[in-house]
Amino acid sequence: MSETIIRGGRVIDPANGIDAVLDVLLRDDLVAAVGAALRAPAARVIDATGRIVTPGFIDLHAHLREPGFEQKGTIATETEAALRGGFTTVCAMPNTSPAPDSATVVEALKERIARDARVRVFPIGCVTRDRAGKALAEIGELAAAGCVALSDDGNPVADARLMRRALELAGARGLPLSEHSDDPDLHGNGVMNEGRISERLGLAGEPAAAEIAAIARNLALCEATGGRLHIAHITTARGVELVAEAKRRGLPVTCEVTPSHLFLTEDAVFGAGPEPAYDTNARVNPPLRTEFDRRALLEAVNDGTIDAIATDHAPHAIEDKLCEFDLAAPGISCFETAAGSLLTLIERGELALPAVIAALTAGPARAFALGARVPGLGTLSPGAPADVTVLAPETRWTVDVRRFASKGRNTPLNGVELHGAVERVFVAGVERFALEVAYV
Amino acid sequence: MLELSETQTAGGMATPMTPAWTRKDLLDTDTLSAAEIELVMETATAMHEIRTRPVGKVATLRGTTVVTLFYEQSTRTRASFEVAAKAMGADVVNLSATGSSVEKGESLIDTVRTLEAIGADVVVMRHGRSGAPYLAARNTRASIINGGDGTHAHPTQALLDLFTMRRHVGDLAGRKVVIVGDVLHSRVARSNLWTLLTAGASVTLCGPPTLLPRTLAGGQGDNRVVVTTDFDSALHGADIVMALRMQKERQEAGLIPSLREYIGGYQLNARRLALANPGALVMHPGPMNEGVEIAPDIAHGIGSVIEEQVTNGVAVRMAILYLMAAGKRS
Repeated sequence: MSETIIRGGRVIDPANGIDAVLDVLLRDDLVAAVGAALRAPAARVIDATGRIVTPGFIDLHAHLREPGFEQKGTIATETEAALRGGFTTVCAMPNTSPAPDSATVVEALKERIARDARVRVFPIGCVTRDRAGKALAEIGELAAAGCVALSDDGNPVADARLMRRALELAGARGLPLSEHSDDPDLHGNGVMNEGRISERLGLAGEPAAAEIAAIARNLALCEATGGRLHIAHITTARGVELVAEAKRRGLPVTCEVTPSHLFLTEDAVFGAGPEPAYDTNARVNPPLRTEFDRRALLEAVNDGTIDAIATDHAPHAIEDKLCEFDLAAPGISCFETAAGSLLTLIERGELALPAVIAALTAGPARAFALGARVPGLGTLSPGAPADVTVLAPETRWTVDVRRFASKGRNTPLNGVELHGAVERVFVAGVERFALEVAYV
Repeated sequence: MLELSETQTAGGMATPMTPAWTRKDLLDTDTLSAAEIELVMETATAMHEIRTRPVGKVATLRGTTVVTLFYEQSTRTRASFEVAAKAMGADVVNLSATGSSVEKGESLIDTVRTLEAIGADVVVMRHGRSGAPYLAARNTRASIINGGDGTHAHPTQALLDLFTMRRHVGDLAGRKVVIVGDVLHSRVARSNLWTLLTAGASVTLCGPPTLLPRTLAGGQGDNRVVVTTDFDSALHGADIVMALRMQKERQEAGLIPSLREYIGGYQLNARRLALANPGALVMHPGPMNEGVEIAPDIAHGIGSVIEEQVTNGVAVRMAILYLMAAGKRS
C-alpha cells in the first residue's frame, strides 16, 4: 500500500461542492479521503500551502495526431504535454489517418494508447465514414468499442438529414455528438473572423453567422431527436445565448470553449506592432473572435452556461505555420498554456476560479458521462481515481515553446508572461509531473 | 545615406529638413508618416524631371540588383518597376512563379533567401496571398517592395496615384476623393485610403453592399471615411473619382447579380461625372474593363489622367527604388 497526503491546499472539488483548505489523501490508485487534518503516518506528505488542489483536468477536445500525422505529434509526446498542462484525461479527436470510423481502427488506437499514453485517453469516433460527411459510420460498433463521443471534428456534418440520423443513432447509445458547428457555405474560404481585422488585412473572413446558423440548426435537430448534442469550441456571443436558451428549455445539450478563445481575440492575427504580423499561430478554426464575443464567453463560463473548457490542442509541424497566412494549418498547441492562461484570467478578475475548475473537471465528466466509464472521474470522492492536479496560482512564468513537451510549438502566446502554473500532477496515485523536476 | 547631390541626378532636391528613408521594406502605406510620403513625392518629382530628358536614364543604382518576383500575372506593375530600375542603371532579374523553383514546391521563405544569397538587394514582389510580403520581409535582409499582395495592399500604386493627384490638384487637404467598385477586394483602394487620409483628404468608398467593407467607415474617428452604396450622391462635391477594376469572377461568385446590373449602378459615365465638381479628375489603376466600370469616353476624356498614372508610376517607382537602395548602402 502506498499513500500520499496533499496537505493544506485550497481543495476545489466542484462535483462534491467542496471549496476549502483541506487535506487530500491518496491510497494506491484511488482517492481515500478529503478532510481537515487527516491522519496518515506512513504517507508521503506534500505541502500544498497556498496551492489549489483539484481533480485532474479532463479535456474533451484534443488532437494527438497519431496515427497518420506523427510529424505533428504522437500519443506519447502529446499526452506528456497534456500531463504538464494538468490534464489527466484526454478525449482524442478522430482527425487521424486512418480515422476511427470502425471498431477495427478504434481497437488498434486503444492498443497504442495503452502502450504510449501518459494520461487517460478516450477515443472519439467518427460520425461519418472517413469523416467525409456522406455515409454514417457504424455508430453502434463505435459505441461498443469504447468511444465516448462521436465527431467529424473539423468537418461539420453539413447534411442536416445525416446529422438528424446520427443524433438518433448516437442518442440511443447515450453517446454525445460533438459538433464543430459551422455552416460550410457561410464559412466559405474564410481564414479568420470576418470583421475589422479581416477587412484591414485583406483576408477572407468567416462570419460569426456561420457558427450561429449551424448552432441553431443543430439545436433544432437536438430537439427533434432528443439526441445528445455537444457544441464543440463555441466562439460567438449569440451562439452562447442560443445554447443557454436551449438549456433553459431542457434540451440535452452541452458546450465547450477553448482557453484560446477566452484569452485572445482576432487582434492576435494583427499582432501588437504598428505593422500587421499576419501571425499564422493565431490562425485557428473556429477563428478568434471579437472582444465582445470574448466577454460573452467569459461570462458564460462564470455562470455555468459553458459546461467545459476544452483545449482543442492542435500541434503542427514548423512548416505547417511558417508560410503565407491563408496556407497555414489552423490550430494552436494549447495543452501547456491552458492552465496558465486561465489562471491569468482569474488573476485579472475576468474568470472565477471555482467556475473554471468546474469546467475542467465535473463539467466535462458530466458532458461525456465519463463517470459511467471510470467511477468518480473528475471528482475527489472517496474511491475516485487518484487523478489530482495541484496549481501554484502565484507562480509567474513566461511561455517558451522550446520547453514544450508537445511537438507543436504553434502558439501565439510564446513570450507571454502568465500568472499561475501547474505544479504537480498525479495520475492513478502516481506523481507523473512535478514542476521543479521538469524544468530545473 | 547616399547624398542626392553627389549623384548629380536630383540636385537641390534634398534639403537638410528632409528626413532620411530608414525603412528596409515598403509593404504598405498604412504606417508611412506624412514626412515619409513627402520624401517619396519630392524624390519622385526629381525622377519625373529625369524622365523628361532626352535620354531619361542615370547610373545611380549601378551595381544594385533588383529582382521582380511575381506569383501573379501583371503587365504594368512589373514593366513599370523594370523600366524604373533600368532607368537608374540597376541590374534587373525577372522571376515568375511559373517556370521557377516555386513550381517545384519551394517555400516563399526559401525563395527569398535564395534570391538574397544570389545577391538581390531589392525584391519587388507580387503575390496572391494577403500578407505574403510581410513573411518574406521578416526572413531576408533584402529589401522587399510589395508590388501587390492578395486583397491587402498595393503601396506603390497608392503613391503614384497620390503623386498624380498632387500634380493636378495640389494639396489634398480638404479634398474629396470617391473610390468606386469592388472596394472590399481591392488592394489599391486600401493603400490609397491610408495615403489619402495622411494627406488630409476625405474618402468616400462606394459600391454594391456585397463589395464594401463594413468596418472602415469613420476613419480615424474624424468621419473622413464615408462608405455608401449610392454612387450618384457620393459624387456630389467630388474632386477626384477613381474607378476600380470590376472582376468578372465576382459575378460568378455570386457577389453581384450581373455585370449588367453593376454597370447600371456603378459605371462611371458622362452623366455621373457631371455630378462631381467641375474638372474632377478621373482615375483608374488599370487594367480597365472599358464599358464596365468606366465608359470609354470618360476613360479617354478630358478629365482622365489614367495614362498619366502609368507614366508617373515609373517616376514614383524610381524614387522608391532609389530611397531603398540608397538606404541600404549607407
